[in-house]
Amino acid sequence: MSRPAPGYVRRFSITERVLHWVNAAGFLVLLGSGLILYLPSLAAAVGRRPMVKDVHFWAGIGWVSALAIVALLGDRRGLLRTASEIDTFDAEDVRWLQRRRPAPQGRFNAGQKVNAALTAAFLVLFFLSGMLLWLGERDTAFRFASTVVLHDGLLYASLALLVGHLYLAVLHPATRHALRGMVTGTVREEWAREHHPRWSAPD
Amino acid sequence: MSDLTAHSHDEGPRRYGRGVFLATVLGGASSLFWGKSAWSRVSGSLGGAEALIPLVPSKGWRIYTVASTMPTFDPATWKLGLGGLVEQPTSLDYDQLRSLPRVNQISDFHCVTGWTVDKVHWGGVRLTDVLAQARPLSEAHGVEFVSAEKPYVDSLSLQQAQLKDVLLAYEMDGKPLPREHGAPLRLVIPEMYGYKNVKWVSEINLVPKAEQGYWELLGYDQDAWVGRSNGHGKASRS
Repeated sequence: MSRPAPGYVRRFSITERVLHWVNAAGFLVLLGSGLILYLPSLAAAVGRRPMVKDVHFWAGIGWVSALAIVALLGDRRGLLRTASEIDTFDAEDVRWLQRRRPAPQGRFNAGQKVNAALTAAFLVLFFLSGMLLWLGERDTAFRFASTVVLHDGLLYASLALLVGHLYLAVLHPATRHALRGMVTGTVREEWAREHHPRWSAPD
Repeated sequence: MSDLTAHSHDEGPRRYGRGVFLATVLGGASSLFWGKSAWSRVSGSLGGAEALIPLVPSKGWRIYTVASTMPTFDPATWKLGLGGLVEQPTSLDYDQLRSLPRVNQISDFHCVTGWTVDKVHWGGVRLTDVLAQARPLSEAHGVEFVSAEKPYVDSLSLQQAQLKDVLLAYEMDGKPLPREHGAPLRLVIPEMYGYKNVKWVSEINLVPKAEQGYWELLGYDQDAWVGRSNGHGKASRS
């Protein structure tokens, strides 16, 4: 891995970044095709429902498979370390969630940890309910009256999460530098010291 | 990890991340068993799904189609064919259809996939009034509804077709039936799931007995009674 430019520190590995962008791309394709299936006005305007259904289904399969492939072929130990970081909340993280300050944060602040845990949970539930919708159309043993409610509910919950994530990563002046980290892998050292003071970045 | 924990003051690290993950997954998965009733209680207490617009697009309807484009409706050329085992094969144009006795009906619409639209206001004609135009023969025990959306078709037994609230609807919620809901004419049989409520009805044929339709050929139940078919309710699968 190339060394960060002077004044910059590495925040995300290539595996983490590919995983993030594969997740984002898959989600957006599923969101687009899903909205065409879900919103009557779009459904009427676009038509071709059987094709859109296929796109949505195979995008879902492709999404989960691609994430699994990246995780398996990439830096697995690094991902496990990251997962462990996301899993672990110490006293400062709890203070951060309680909005008590100062609450110096590590590489991920507590909000980012919650966001990551929810994103992973939503992925599992999207996949589960999506497969049940697909199987239920083929065999009534897989049909639950609430599958669509769950799949729709996940849409609203993940949209809310996405809007907050995009605001902080793209718009909010204090935090939007983080986007650079997810694109290039590195962030400004002074920004890291201010926002993630307890993170000792590798050189 | 050690560099993180070294800085914590009074308490050790907690595994909250997996807690959030597992609680969300388990809560979400368990909602397969309580989600729908919880949602109808919430939307009911807020004054029905209409009050939640735009959160619930188009009052909870979803538009399911099987062909690549939706049929278009031209009142000048549209015709409803009536044939099969009848004394008098005939057809009705749009004006003739509209001149039959009008019925208004409020009924709930249930989709087999789990969504429901409460209290839909339908305007249309009784199916039996339309069938009478062609005078079914005594050997006819089924009614086939052919959709202009190829290859969608479905059938009812004559007995089912004669249920009191079975309509051919040309109005929905006070307006002409929208294209995506089957303009100009759809079947409404509130006792059965939506796949029996054929949209874009273009032809009605009396047949010896009800045959499998589009979804039945893919494994759905022939008798699509709401709450007791297709894996819903106790008497699932015949």
